[in-house]
Amino acid sequence: MLGWIAQTLAVTSLGIRNIPQRLGSSIVAVVGIAGVVIVFVAVLSIGEGFKAAMTVAGSPSRALVMRSGADSEMTSGITGPEAEVIKQAPGLLRDGNRPIASSELYVLVDLNKRSTQTAANVPLRGIEPTALQVRDEVKLVEGRMFQFGTNEAIIGRSAVRQFAGADLGSEIRSGELKLKIVGIFTADGSVAESEIWADTRLLQGAYRRGNSYQSVLARLDSPASFDAFKNWLTTNPQLNVQVRRENEYYSAQSTTMTSLIHGIGYAIAALMGIGAVFGAILTMYTAVASRTREIATLRALGFNTGSVLVSVLTESMALAVFGGVIGGIIAYLGFNGYQTATMNFQTFSQVAFAFAVTPALLIQGLSYAIAMGFIGGLLPAIRAARLPISSALREL
Amino acid sequence: MKFLPLVWRNLLRRKVRTTFTLLSIFVAFVLYAFLMTIRTAFSMGVEVAGVDRLMMMHKVSLIQLLPISYMRDIQSTPGVKLVSHNTWFGGTYQDNANQFAVIAVDPEPYLALYPEFKVPPDQLKTWLADRQGALVGRDVAARYGWKLGDKVPIQATIWRPKQGSTWFFNVDAIYDGDKTIDKTNFFFRYDYFDENRQGAYGQVGWYIIKIDDPSQAAAMAAKLDAQFANSAAETKTSTEKAFLQGFVNQIGDVSSIMVAILVAVLFSILLVAANTMSQAVRERTNELAVLKTLGFSNGLVLMLVLAESLFMALLGGGTALALAWVFISRGSLNNAFLPVFLLRGRDVAIGVVLCFLLGSFAGALPAAAAMRLRVTDALRRN
Repeated sequence: MLGWIAQTLAVTSLGIRNIPQRLGSSIVAVVGIAGVVIVFVAVLSIGEGFKAAMTVAGSPSRALVMRSGADSEMTSGITGPEAEVIKQAPGLLRDGNRPIASSELYVLVDLNKRSTQTAANVPLRGIEPTALQVRDEVKLVEGRMFQFGTNEAIIGRSAVRQFAGADLGSEIRSGELKLKIVGIFTADGSVAESEIWADTRLLQGAYRRGNSYQSVLARLDSPASFDAFKNWLTTNPQLNVQVRRENEYYSAQSTTMTSLIHGIGYAIAALMGIGAVFGAILTMYTAVASRTREIATLRALGFNTGSVLVSVLTESMALAVFGGVIGGIIAYLGFNGYQTATMNFQTFSQVAFAFAVTPALLIQGLSYAIAMGFIGGLLPAIRAARLPISSALREL
Repeated sequence: MKFLPLVWRNLLRRKVRTTFTLLSIFVAFVLYAFLMTIRTAFSMGVEVAGVDRLMMMHKVSLIQLLPISYMRDIQSTPGVKLVSHNTWFGGTYQDNANQFAVIAVDPEPYLALYPEFKVPPDQLKTWLADRQGALVGRDVAARYGWKLGDKVPIQATIWRPKQGSTWFFNVDAIYDGDKTIDKTNFFFRYDYFDENRQGAYGQVGWYIIKIDDPSQAAAMAAKLDAQFANSAAETKTSTEKAFLQGFVNQIGDVSSIMVAILVAVLFSILLVAANTMSQAVRERTNELAVLKTLGFSNGLVLMLVLAESLFMALLGGGTALALAWVFISRGSLNNAFLPVFLLRGRDVAIGVVLCFLLGSFAGALPAAAAMRLRVTDALRRN
């Protein structure tokens, strides 16, 4: 057994050290596999980034109350009196007598996307003074919080990057609505950073919503009180609402987009992978062909077929690993953190996010590369192992 | 031409190598067809948008409503041929995930504005006589198995009916259209909608305006917007093309992503093909020298090698494009995501050009090497 391993190692290292002699065709295999890994990782990193922006947003200790039947905040509607009832629910965190809950409006305002200079639907959220207590992850990084009762607003950091004319100190004008941006906030990179926030009462006027809201976001006194909170609201005859944990609401919104990206990403990677495997097969056949006499000589000297087979397979997988690592590095350097924005079809509003090349994705890409190398090396390895020694030695 | 059998023989000499090179090229062009189809799905709406149609919506954002009273003012503006309005309904069928465009329209003017939707005359008559009726696209009808006369429950998301939360519509008509038309819309009548919704009566989502002279589109848009300036609901009018382009831009630059992937794919395949060709030339050095000795000119040797490379590229790529064409014209795999599923003739033509370029580039260096080969050196080499 030890002898077999030593033989295999010897043949394999011989093969790998000879790679420079077959540089041209080896590069073909490496580039082919690296290309697949780049595309695979890059496409899936769009999905990962989008999902991250959406799921970071939700906290299990917050509950979102919307009208029953509504599929998003955009389509929901809650009247002022209903909002007051909702704020009396048990399980809600209170600061003295004040419920930590914010009745909110979720509307759109047209701003130009910086990249294309065409109008985009930027989400504009009307909040109540408690909103920052409800969302404790929100931090103002520039400027200050807006004054309630004025036409001031704050904007998320991603929104500033993506949309023109919304910098600190500028004024957004849209119809009768004028908003002065006085601060920039962060929220752990979540979808909230794509939004502009202003006084909910100001927006009620500008968007002609009377005394109505679209949702109530409430902070629970503990994640476990969700059921009590929900039951009280859904069984209350004064109300016709649905209650969801905030994290569940956002992850449900991201599933359509992420499954679309996964579908397209895996399909493209699978097709490209087939092409790359063919490229690798060619490379390894060439390698075996150019080493025909060498392999036959080794066999004649007593090296067994198994070690020849393993050596060809190993060489193929080594090239694949090399390609996979190069591809992973390029994908990481080229795409990780790339800022972009897309439309969330549930609300027709823009979500800014960054491509996320996660370690899990890189491992997936590398595993895929190794699999391609294995499949690509299999047929040539079998041919090498089966070479008839006498005729191979005679070959030129 | 008489050298074609020679080219063919040369390709058959290393069957395994030729086969796998052909397969690589084949896969690359299948991918090309697939990516172009996705790209078309995203851009088609923009390309088929009517040049003489304007879209007018609320200046603040498209979710704000406009009063129906604007209709008269728009209609009486000189240069306006026809106007109608749409209202986005949202709505889902059975499950929240089953979403498609449900839109309240005014039937006759709407179909006059969009002659590309083909509705059988008898079905249209039924719809016009039935206030609760709906006109649905062939693809969405097929997806949920709806037949003419079916009563379809649609769950309200934005617009709740006076009672309950479900609207019922009769499938009165099914529209069809050519391959560039999205056949997943669900249209129902605005008069029925306005009567049965809770509030916001007399409000519509946006106006579609057909103008006499498309070259005046920008001036008309400005003129129309000026009419409603300083009113409670100011408007923003753009051409349908600009509106749809803006919508596509909001999704992101799908087209560039597809092109970037293609560049990566074609580059790898180019390397595979070029490697195959250079190996082929290298192992045939002797033979090429013999051909030259026999009186084959340098140019002819160059052409022979190039022909071999081109032949491989066109055979592999051509088969892929042809098969993809047949497959894609059979219809969409998923018409919810890709309502327009079409490989365009233009993209096929570009594909053929790409095959040609691939073959030329892959063969260029080896062919040049073969051409420059000096008989004496080559024959001495072994």
